Amino acid sequence: MTQAELRLCSLLLQEHFGEIVEKVGNSLLRTGPRPLRLLVGDTGLLPDQVKKALCVLIQHNLVRYEVQPRGSVEYEAQSERILRILRYPRYIYTAKTLYGDPGELLVEELLLHGHLPMSCAVARVADRLTETMEEGKTMDYTEVSSTFVRLADTHFIQRCPIVPESPQSTKAPPPPAPALAIDEKDMYVVPRLSLVGKGKRRHSCNEEEEGEHKAKRQKQEGGTSETPPDDGIYWQVNLERFHQHFRDQALVNAVASRMDQTSSEVVRTMLRMSEVTTASGASHTQPLSSNEIFRSLPAGYNIGKQVLDQYLALLADDPLEFVGKSGDSGGGTYTVKVTWGPGASWAPRSLFPHPSLILLLLHRFGSRCARIFRLLLRKKHLEQKQVEDFAMIPAKEAKDMLYRMLSENLVSLQEIPKTPDHAPSRTFYLYTVNVMAAARMLLHRCYKSVANLMERRQHEMQENKRLLDKSQRVEAILASMQATGAEAAQLHEVEEMITGPERQQLETLKRNVNKIDASENQVDETIFVLESFIESTTKRP
Amino acid sequence: LSMAGRGRGRGRGQMTFNVEAVGIGKGDALPPPTLQPSPLFPALERRAAPLPGGEEGEYMLALKQELRRAMRGLPYFVKPGAPRRDIERYSDKYQLSSPVDSAIDWNPDWRRLPRELKIRVRRLRKGRTTSLVPKKYVALDKEETIKKLESLEKKEEEVTSEEEEEKEEEEEGKEEEEEEYDEEEHEEETDYVLSYFDNGESFGPDSDDNGDEAVY
Repeated sequence: MTQAELRLCSLLLQEHFGEIVEKVGNSLLRTGPRPLRLLVGDTGLLPDQVKKALCVLIQHNLVRYEVQPRGSVEYEAQSERILRILRYPRYIYTAKTLYGDPGELLVEELLLHGHLPMSCAVARVADRLTETMEEGKTMDYTEVSSTFVRLADTHFIQRCPIVPESPQSTKAPPPPAPALAIDEKDMYVVPRLSLVGKGKRRHSCNEEEEGEHKAKRQKQEGGTSETPPDDGIYWQVNLERFHQHFRDQALVNAVASRMDQTSSEVVRTMLRMSEVTTASGASHTQPLSSNEIFRSLPAGYNIGKQVLDQYLALLADDPLEFVGKSGDSGGGTYTVKVTWGPGASWAPRSLFPHPSLILLLLHRFGSRCARIFRLLLRKKHLEQKQVEDFAMIPAKEAKDMLYRMLSENLVSLQEIPKTPDHAPSRTFYLYTVNVMAAARMLLHRCYKSVANLMERRQHEMQENKRLLDKSQRVEAILASMQATGAEAAQLHEVEEMITGPERQQLETLKRNVNKIDASENQVDETIFVLESFIESTTKRP
Repeated sequence: LSMAGRGRGRGRGQMTFNVEAVGIGKGDALPPPTLQPSPLFPALERRAAPLPGGEEGEYMLALKQELRRAMRGLPYFVKPGAPRRDIERYSDKYQLSSPVDSAIDWNPDWRRLPRELKIRVRRLRKGRTTSLVPKKYVALDKEETIKKLESLEKKEEEVTSEEEEEKEEEEEGKEEEEEEYDEEEHEEETDYVLSYFDNGESFGPDSDDNGDEAVY
């Protein structure tokens, strides 16, 4: 792990789980898998604090455990998974676009709690949705349940590995830790539950109901002896599936920008049909017949069968080969090519690191530098002189730019000796772009950027802490005054407690924090592209 | 042969390869050597491009901030326990207990976790301080007295007495009431047992400890 990744993981843990969890996570990340007692020694925390932290980290799939042959249990941090915390907003938003508010809240609850039983998740979401509805209306469990089932069917959520059924043997002592496992085929099976009920509001004004509610709540929370019908079956978000969705989206956008809206819809339909049948890492979807595709087109699209066939032919003929024709049965079968490593013959613009790299150069070093870079990408290898000529940039400037890019690992020098003794005067020195190295460099930079952004944001909040606290207190006072029906004049008086310049300061703070947060989201998009690219390239044999 | 140029001073800054090939011509001034680390905030040569706005961006921004706020309030956000005061103050007895380090605020499924991680679950009950007192008094008799004596004996070592009690509890098997009692017990850490407090009617003149003093 690089320092940049470590630092970012640290910040993410601290921001979302507090310093104790951060310390434990840090220790695991820096020194590798270890047992509990070593962790306690390392972190200098109390044993119970470390245990608590481990429980939290395991709950959220950020740490896994493994029983060692000698009986001790070792804990290991999952750095990659920790970095995904940055992407939570994107997962939640995607769920919203696909499955509406119930989908959004279900994914959010699962992310907030790591994993939950279905009954619990549905109840929570129903309650939350009820809060937002008009007085007197409640959200029925069935609607939320059906969204849950849809999420499971399309693999956006999956079941967690389960505790194995242990034979009741009194002789053997129970293992120090359960060996959780799950079969692939069981992963998306939703248990048959009849979840009946409606969401409950948290009443704040109605006294009578409050009393009733409190009693009910106490009964619920005070350790009910009734076990939920799906006891032991937990669900978590399937991040990989969301990633596949992001890649599909990028592909559809690429088709749309290269051809037209209708072609992109055709491709989108094909991808949707193959959602769950395409193994992750596969290069093509399963073949789909043109008849099937025609039947699956979204309701709004009234294109004739023949028109569809024409589109498919066009897509298959396109040199970028988004779609390949695999056979003639059923009116012609087609597949969508979904790999996109350097070997792939097509390059959806948003999935390769090239645009990001070029943009980096553009903003950091200028348009001429970017021009040289693009030139090198096209021509692969060029000598110093050739660069100057092709790019139409004076020698001195070109030299300077090439060295800067060289020092940043964006370009590299390739030696081609003319004679066996590699004499310098008789050797070609060619500039070339090593895309993989450049991508890695940029990724590293991204991690650093996000870490810097987070630290700056925290610093801004810390600097203005006094003012923020004051502002919160005033808000609280105003809220309670409004609840008890204070007059406008009194409210105004309280508002005045925050002076004009202070308001200004708060406004500026808010603007800055928003900008930083938005930037973090933005950088994560680039991180996704780069990580996917690097992963798919290193995976191929 | 070509090693002749080894000597220092004869053509300063000679490299092993022909520098002309990379474009450094003869007599070109090389940049000066770097004598200090690069500046912390190097000057920006050009401004960064503006962030893409739009509904999606706005919504995700709101989501991000909301998520951060929500997670701080969840039990998974582990706050360090209140620092141990140097002097035990009278008011401590009456303050609402701060989060106890050795307790966990949510109920994980212990079946899914290694056994060594199991710690006490803190009951999130509202209004427990008021409702517990009468309940406790009714249920506990001898057990309580014995326990009280034991704990009072070891009163100096507060921490260990807690732990001992805890271990005892664990060994005997947890019952709801015992657990509540335990919490109450080491939260208070006062000289007086709460259940013995207040109602003058419920207890006779012989309180357990003050047997030495004469009773008038």
